Amino acid sequence: MSEYRLSVGMEVHAELRTQSKMFCRCQVAFGGEPNTRVCPVCLGLPGALPVPNREAIQMVLRTALALNCQVPVDSVFHRKNYFYPDLPKGFQVSQYEETNPIGYHGHLMIHTSKGPKRIGIKRVHLEEDTGKILHLPGGGSGVDYNRAGVPLMEIVTDFPPDIESAEEAREYVAQLRQLLVYLGVCDGKMEEGSLRCEPNISVRRADSETLGTKTELKNLSSFRNVFLGTEYERRRQIAVLETGGTVAQETRGWNEATESSYLMRTKESEQEYRYFPCPDLVPLHFDRADVEAARAALPELPLAKLQRYQDEFNLSPQDAQLLTAERPWAEWFEAAVVAGGDPKAVCNWMNGDFARLLKETGQAAVIPGVESDTEGREPARMSPEILVKVAKLVADGTITGKKAKEVFEKAYMTGDDPASMVEGQTQISDTDFIRQAVADVIAEHPDPVATYRSGKGGVLGFLVGQVMRRTQGRANPPMVQEEMRRQLDETS
Amino acid sequence: MSNKLGQLTATEIAAALQRREMSAREVAQAFLDVTDTYGAFLHVDAERTLAEADAAQARLDAGETSPLLGVPVAIKDNISTQGRPTTCASRILEGYIPPYDATVISQLHGAGMPLLGKTNLDEFAMGTSTENSAYAVCKNPWDPTRSPGGSSGGSAAAVSGGLAPISLGSDTGGSIRQPAALCGLVGFKPTYGRVSRFGLVAFGSSLDQIGPFGQTVADVAAISQVICQTDGLDNTSLPDAPLGAMDLANASVKGKRFALPRELMSDAVEANVRASIEQAIRTLEAAGATVDHVDLPSLSLGVSTYYVIAPAEASSNLGRFDGVRYGAREEAPGHVESLMATRGKKFGHEVKLRIMVGTYALSAGYYDAYYLRAQQIRGLMVAEIDALWGEYDAILSPTSPCVAFPLGGFSHDPMALKQMDFCTIPANMGGYPALSLPCGLADGLPVGLHLMGPVRGDERLLELAAGVERELGCAPLRPGLA
Repeated sequence: MSEYRLSVGMEVHAELRTQSKMFCRCQVAFGGEPNTRVCPVCLGLPGALPVPNREAIQMVLRTALALNCQVPVDSVFHRKNYFYPDLPKGFQVSQYEETNPIGYHGHLMIHTSKGPKRIGIKRVHLEEDTGKILHLPGGGSGVDYNRAGVPLMEIVTDFPPDIESAEEAREYVAQLRQLLVYLGVCDGKMEEGSLRCEPNISVRRADSETLGTKTELKNLSSFRNVFLGTEYERRRQIAVLETGGTVAQETRGWNEATESSYLMRTKESEQEYRYFPCPDLVPLHFDRADVEAARAALPELPLAKLQRYQDEFNLSPQDAQLLTAERPWAEWFEAAVVAGGDPKAVCNWMNGDFARLLKETGQAAVIPGVESDTEGREPARMSPEILVKVAKLVADGTITGKKAKEVFEKAYMTGDDPASMVEGQTQISDTDFIRQAVADVIAEHPDPVATYRSGKGGVLGFLVGQVMRRTQGRANPPMVQEEMRRQLDETS
Repeated sequence: MSNKLGQLTATEIAAALQRREMSAREVAQAFLDVTDTYGAFLHVDAERTLAEADAAQARLDAGETSPLLGVPVAIKDNISTQGRPTTCASRILEGYIPPYDATVISQLHGAGMPLLGKTNLDEFAMGTSTENSAYAVCKNPWDPTRSPGGSSGGSAAAVSGGLAPISLGSDTGGSIRQPAALCGLVGFKPTYGRVSRFGLVAFGSSLDQIGPFGQTVADVAAISQVICQTDGLDNTSLPDAPLGAMDLANASVKGKRFALPRELMSDAVEANVRASIEQAIRTLEAAGATVDHVDLPSLSLGVSTYYVIAPAEASSNLGRFDGVRYGAREEAPGHVESLMATRGKKFGHEVKLRIMVGTYALSAGYYDAYYLRAQQIRGLMVAEIDALWGEYDAILSPTSPCVAFPLGGFSHDPMALKQMDFCTIPANMGGYPALSLPCGLADGLPVGLHLMGPVRGDERLLELAAGVERELGCAPLRPGLA
C-alpha cells in the first residue's frame, strides 16, 4: 500500500450569543414552539428590510482579531441567492470575496501531541442562519423559522489546508471552540447545533503535489466525531484509491451509531449563487482606532494563558491546560492566587476536590461579586478566599492533609470559615507531647518493635499509625515519623 | 358621480377642514362616492377609510392643526398596509394581507390622513404604462383610450381623475414622475433615503423611492413633510431625512441657473413635447432664469445601465415569492415542482422577463460584463452630474419624450417603451431628488417638465419648482379644464 497524505479544510459555523437576531429584534434562543420568534423581517415578508445587529458585528470583529486576521476598512454584505423552503427571502445575507469579510488572512495556533501548529484562516464572516425543516408527525413537512436570521459566523481555513491529521482536525475544532467561548461570542454547544463544523477531506499519494478530490462531511456533533469522521473518510478514500477507484466529489453525512459516513448528495457542478452586494445594507465601516480599541479589549486568550501559567506559576503543562480549559475556571484560579494562594496548592485543590464536588453537586464555580453566567446551575458557596484559607491551614501545619479534605468539603457545603471548623482539632506539633506518645506506643508494641530492629523497616508505618490513632489523628505526621525513627534507632 | 372636491387641492381641503367647512368624513365620502372608471384602484375598504376619517375629525375637533389632517390619500398597491391587501398587481400576492404597516403608512396614520385605497400599478412596478397589471387596465383621465403612464399609473389616475386629492407612488426609474407628466400632475421623488423604504415591496432596492403625486408643488411639499423622516427600520435611511424650512410662497426663478442636457433633448423627444419645453424655457428666461445647454455623455447609457441593475436586484428581491409562506401557491408533488409552478403561473410575462434578465446579469461569468460594468457606468454618470451642481441649481429636461400614448400602443415594441425612461432614470442612478410638473398641453394632453437637484437638495428643488410653477401658470391642470 502506498503512503497517503491527508488534507482537511474546515468550515465552522458558530451561532453568535446575541440577544436578538442578525437583522431584526426577534429573540435568539434554542428550541421552543415553532414560529414563535418571528417577525416580518426574519420571515422575509414583502417589503421588510434588514437592520444589522451591531453586537453581532462586534463579536465577529473580536473573533477576527483573536484569529490574527486582517480587518478591511469597508466590509459589505452580499446576497447569496438560492431557493429552499427554509430560506425565507430567497437569498441569505452573507459576505463574499477574498478581502471583504470582517476578518481575512489570519491564523490559529493550536497545540497538538506533536507540538504547536499554525492553522491558516482564510476568512471570518458574518451571515444569517436559515430556518429548519420539520417532518410533521401526520406526514408532510413544515418549516420552523425561529432560527431564521440568527447571526451566524463562518470561519473557513486556508487553502491549501494546513490540517493533515484527524487529531489536528479535532484539536482545531476543540481549540477554536475554546477560543469562541473565551471570547463570549458563542456557547459552543455542538449538540444543539450552535457550533457546526464541516470538514472537506481529501487524500493524495505522498509523492503527489496536487490535492485529491474532496468530500464534505456533515452532522459532526462532537470533537470525538470530528476525529472519527475524518479518520473514517481518510481510510475510506484510501481504500477507494487502493482498489483502483476514484473518489467522487460528494457531501457525506456522519452516522454516529454505526460510526461510518454515508452519501448525502453528489456535487456535480458548482452551485450558482449569484452573489452581489446587498443594496439594503450600507457597507460596514471599520475605523482603525475602533479596531485597535477592540484589539486592546480582547481578553487573554487560551494559548497565552496556558503559556503564562507555566512560566509565571511553574505549573506543569497538564495542570495549566486543566486550569485554562474554560475561562471562568481560569479566572477563579487567578482570583485565588490574588487572594494569596500558592498557585500549585490552589491548582491541586481546584483540579482535585473542588472539581469533584462541583461535578457531584451540579453547581458552578463563581467568584463572589463578579457577575457570571452559570447557565442555570446553582452557584457554589466555595470562594477563592475560603480555598486559600484551607490551603494555608495545611501549609502552616495547623491541620493534616487528610483533615483538610474534610474541612474543604464542609466549607464547600456551608461556605463557613474553615478556621472556625478546626478549633480544638488543630494539629499537634508539640515536641514533648509527640515524644511521649511515641514512647508509649513503643512500650506497648514490643513485637513490631523487635521486627523493626531486626532490620525490617516496613513496620514503621504501623507504629506511626498507632501514634496517630492514639492522638485522634491530630499529631503532626512528619514529626511523629521522625520521632519514631529516632527513638527506635536510639534504643536499639 | 362627479366630485366637487376633485376641484380642490389637498392643501385647500386641509384648510377647509381646519375652518370646519366640511368634515373629514364628508371629504372621504365624497372621494369614495366617485365611480372609478379608470381602473385606478385595486382595493377600497370604505368602512375602514371612514373610520380613519372619523378619527381624524376627532383630532381636528380637539384643536389639532397638523397640515394635512383629515385629507385622504391613495396608496400604490406595492406599499404594505396592515389589514388591507397588498398585491403589487400580481397574481402571486393574491390574497396576501400584510400583518404590518410600511413606515410611510404609519406616518400617514400619524398625520391623520385616511387611506382611500390601494392603487393600480404595473406588476411589481415593472413597466411604464400600468398595462402590466394582472388585475385591471388603468386609463388616463385625460383620454381613457390612453395610458396614464406607469408604473404608478393608478396613483396618478386617482388624483388626475378626482378620485383622490393626493397619493403615494414609488419610483425606480421614473414611475412617479412619468405618470405625473402624462396625467398633468406634480410628481416628486425625494432624495434616496429621505423616505423610508420599509414596507415598500422591493423592485430595485438601490433605486426604489416612495414619493407623492399632487396637483401642485405645495401639495407634494406638504405630504413630503410627513413622509421624509429618518427610519431605524431602513438601513439606507438618511440620518438627516426630515425636510428643513421651505418658503414656497415667495420662491422665484429669478437668477436661478438651469442646465439642459443635450442628451435629454435629443431627437427622441417628440416635436410637440419639445415645443412645450422650449416654450417653458423661454418663459423662465424671461423671468430672469438662465438655461444653458450642457453635455452629459454618460446619460445616453442610462437606459441600458438601468435595465441591467434594476432587473438584477429584482431577480433577487422576487426570490421570496415561492408560495411557501404567503400569497398564491400551486400545489405539486415536490418543493421544486411547486416552486416552479407557482412562479411560472403567478408571475406575469414582464416580471418573468426581468427576472430572467437579472438572473443572467448576476450569474457567474457574466457578472463582471453586466452587473459590475453597469455599476461602473452608474458611478460615471453620477460623477458627471455631480460636477454640475457647483454651477447650476437644477437640471431641466422633459419628463417623458411623449405625451400619453394609446393603450396597447407599444404592445409590439416593448423596447421602445423602455427607451422612453431616459430622462427620469438618472435621478434614480444617483439618488437625486427630482420632480415632474405640468408645463402645458400638447394636442390636448399634458406635458411634464422635469427638474432634478443635488442629493439632499429637496427643499431648494421644491422651492425652485414652486417658482417655475408660478411662472408657467398651468397648475393645477385638470382634465375638465382642457
